[in-house]
Amino acid sequence: MIRPAVLAALALLAVVLPGPLGAQDTMPPAPYAYQQLDDPKLEAEATALMHTLRCLKCQSQSIADSDAPMAGDMRHQVRSRILAGESPDQIRAWLIARYGDYVSYQPEVNSITWPLFAVPVLVILLVAGVLLRRLGKRRSDGGEAA
Amino acid sequence: MIAEIGLAALWLAAALAVLQMVSGVMALRVPEGEAAPLAIYTRPAAILQAFLAVLSFALLLYAFAITDLSIKLVASNSHSMKPLIYKVTGTWGNHEGSMLLWVGVLAASGGLLAAFEKRLPERTMGATLAVQGFVALGFYAFLLLSSNPFERLPVPADEGTGLNPLLQDIGLAFHPPTLYAGYVGLSVAFSLAMGALLTREVNPSFARVMRPWVLGAWVLLTLGITAGSFWAYYELGWGGWWFWDPVENASLMPWLAATALMHSVSVLAARDALRTWTIMLGVLAFSMSMLGTFLVRSGVLTSVHAFAVDPERGSFILALLGLYIGGAFTIFALRAGAVAEGKRFAAASREGALVFNNLMLSAILAIVLLGTLYPLLTEAFDVRVSVGPPYFNPASAIFAIPMLLVMAVGPLLRWRADRPARIQFEILLIAAVVIGAIALVSFFGSYPLLPLLGLGLAPALAVAAVLPLRGRNLRRVPVATWGMVLAHFGVAVSLFGMACEGAFTEERLAAVAPGGTEQVGDFAVTLEGVAPVAGPNWTAIEARLAVRQDGGKPVILTPQARSFWSPPQATSESALLTKWNGQLYAVIGNRAEDGRWQLRLWWKPFVTCIWYGGILIALGGVLAIAGRLRVDIKRRRAAVRGAGRRADLEALQPLPVPAE
Repeated sequence: MIRPAVLAALALLAVVLPGPLGAQDTMPPAPYAYQQLDDPKLEAEATALMHTLRCLKCQSQSIADSDAPMAGDMRHQVRSRILAGESPDQIRAWLIARYGDYVSYQPEVNSITWPLFAVPVLVILLVAGVLLRRLGKRRSDGGEAA
Repeated sequence: MIAEIGLAALWLAAALAVLQMVSGVMALRVPEGEAAPLAIYTRPAAILQAFLAVLSFALLLYAFAITDLSIKLVASNSHSMKPLIYKVTGTWGNHEGSMLLWVGVLAASGGLLAAFEKRLPERTMGATLAVQGFVALGFYAFLLLSSNPFERLPVPADEGTGLNPLLQDIGLAFHPPTLYAGYVGLSVAFSLAMGALLTREVNPSFARVMRPWVLGAWVLLTLGITAGSFWAYYELGWGGWWFWDPVENASLMPWLAATALMHSVSVLAARDALRTWTIMLGVLAFSMSMLGTFLVRSGVLTSVHAFAVDPERGSFILALLGLYIGGAFTIFALRAGAVAEGKRFAAASREGALVFNNLMLSAILAIVLLGTLYPLLTEAFDVRVSVGPPYFNPASAIFAIPMLLVMAVGPLLRWRADRPARIQFEILLIAAVVIGAIALVSFFGSYPLLPLLGLGLAPALAVAAVLPLRGRNLRRVPVATWGMVLAHFGVAVSLFGMACEGAFTEERLAAVAPGGTEQVGDFAVTLEGVAPVAGPNWTAIEARLAVRQDGGKPVILTPQARSFWSPPQATSESALLTKWNGQLYAVIGNRAEDGRWQLRLWWKPFVTCIWYGGILIALGGVLAIAGRLRVDIKRRRAAVRGAGRRADLEALQPLPVPAE
């Protein structure tokens, strides 16, 4: 299924992909868009990578879960590059250089995303604090509880 | 006329909400024990308002059923050629209709509360209904001022535009009402919490009134999420069952808060502990419902669920959200100090375990909230960030795994204080099952960490779920306890399904010529042919797949690629072959130039357990409600009988006392 395209992503796509966008739907999908690699080990590597790449035309779907033509093209890219011997990290770096950080679901700490990592640590500390306050002190005054 | 009556009913209901609010406040202003002249209108206003709001929704349903194209909402969201069932369910497949449903359920639950709840002190009831009226009023204003569902077109349309084909599915048709009823059930819990806080009546009897509402809302949310997940699984065509999509998270967050609230309110009812914590969770749970409604309804997320892309509406709901949540937390901050903490307990006690798990649930809630809102926040500054499964899965697992371990042990502990040594056999048994299962699975292959942990925890949780029954006379175990056992067992089943799906799924994507065969798992799938088929509002190509397991008898599967014409959109209808140990999932894709067809096949072992588990959890909730209600009714009967006997005794009193 094709979820309604995000306009911004479409605009991005129009900039990034040269050539007629309208023709894309009618063009046959690239060979590796819907076909697995023969080597199961390489295929597993490719699948793991695809599950962490965002389909730019969809809402919250990875390229491994989408029928959008662009997701198909990206799957083809991933599989053929894996086949050519590139590592998943290299492919991810190449895609990020092309489409920006937005394409990758893999969390990375940088100046923008640091709160995503700081807050869970804070939550752990907070939870530990509340537990110590609520449950820790009961041990000392447990005797007086009725 | 239908539209006009519906609109008039809505306005009247809004007026009654004002009366309900004012009269409830009046009840609060007179000192306890005195009768307030205006307060008598609270209950009738709530009941009448419920009737009017439900009437209004019923009229909209009727307009959709007969496809009244002079109403703008019907013309822009329905089509005369749709099957009747999707005409009716299309009523809430759009912004205005779903908000009317929201308000209808809100008013109906307020009416039920007003009509049947007689246990609370009148002042607390007045305050509760006043809060309920206040909440309803905001949503009436929203409907009437910015999203009138009954707006007429100057000239009736010739034909409607149709409904998003993805929503034309029985799974999704009933998913929103279930979820909404759950959201709104939490509004009653919220009003009760506020009422109790305002009148300083936070005590076990209040908790017993609140408990069925929380349980009911939680059951509905559980079912709604389960149905939504199953819908995503078979309708989106790629076999995924949870995407951490903001819309899914919007339903998960109230569920997490409601789960914590449900356990907390049980502690309050049984042990008179955790008073402020229960009130805070009540506020939090409803805040999450409102936030979910805001996320889905305002159009800040653009996805299949977001039908409204009107900033005016977004800011209206945001203002309501700020008003209610801000107001609630202000009252909470002002009054929480006046609520005594309640009974104390030791760390190693059932209360201690429940507090630990409530904190873990709240922490998971914080992670989901952060991951959902953070991309929206950065987007406001024109930086786009992707937060997806690689973030949510490990971040929530940090808290989920300790929570599941404590969940295994918690029900075995005694209330108030216990010695861990007393249950050392059970603890050792659970630990042995976890370690044994992980060792066994690792022996056969290497799997990712989270599915592996899931495979270890699931059998241990299943064993732990039934351990509380050990050594008890099964016939004398209370129904509510059976509910707990069943729900905890459901968690184990669901976790098992998720872990199996994560660890053992086999995938086969291939271009297949008619007559060709592909292998996935133990199954040989032969493409026998492809033929066009037509439905009432779609055409499709349908593949005929013969599936043979280990060379056995073939079973025919018929996945379709559908094209709807109004509005024009393509969907894939997957075909599922369910076995006791999993599901074969087949999808037909496009035709390649050389005449071969793209087939996508998955073998997903035990994937169905995910949703069976969800159903078991909900069923556990239903048993808990039934058990509590039965005890309540028994108590009421006993009280009536007791009162009757006392009356008899009093009647006997004046009898002449035999003189000496």
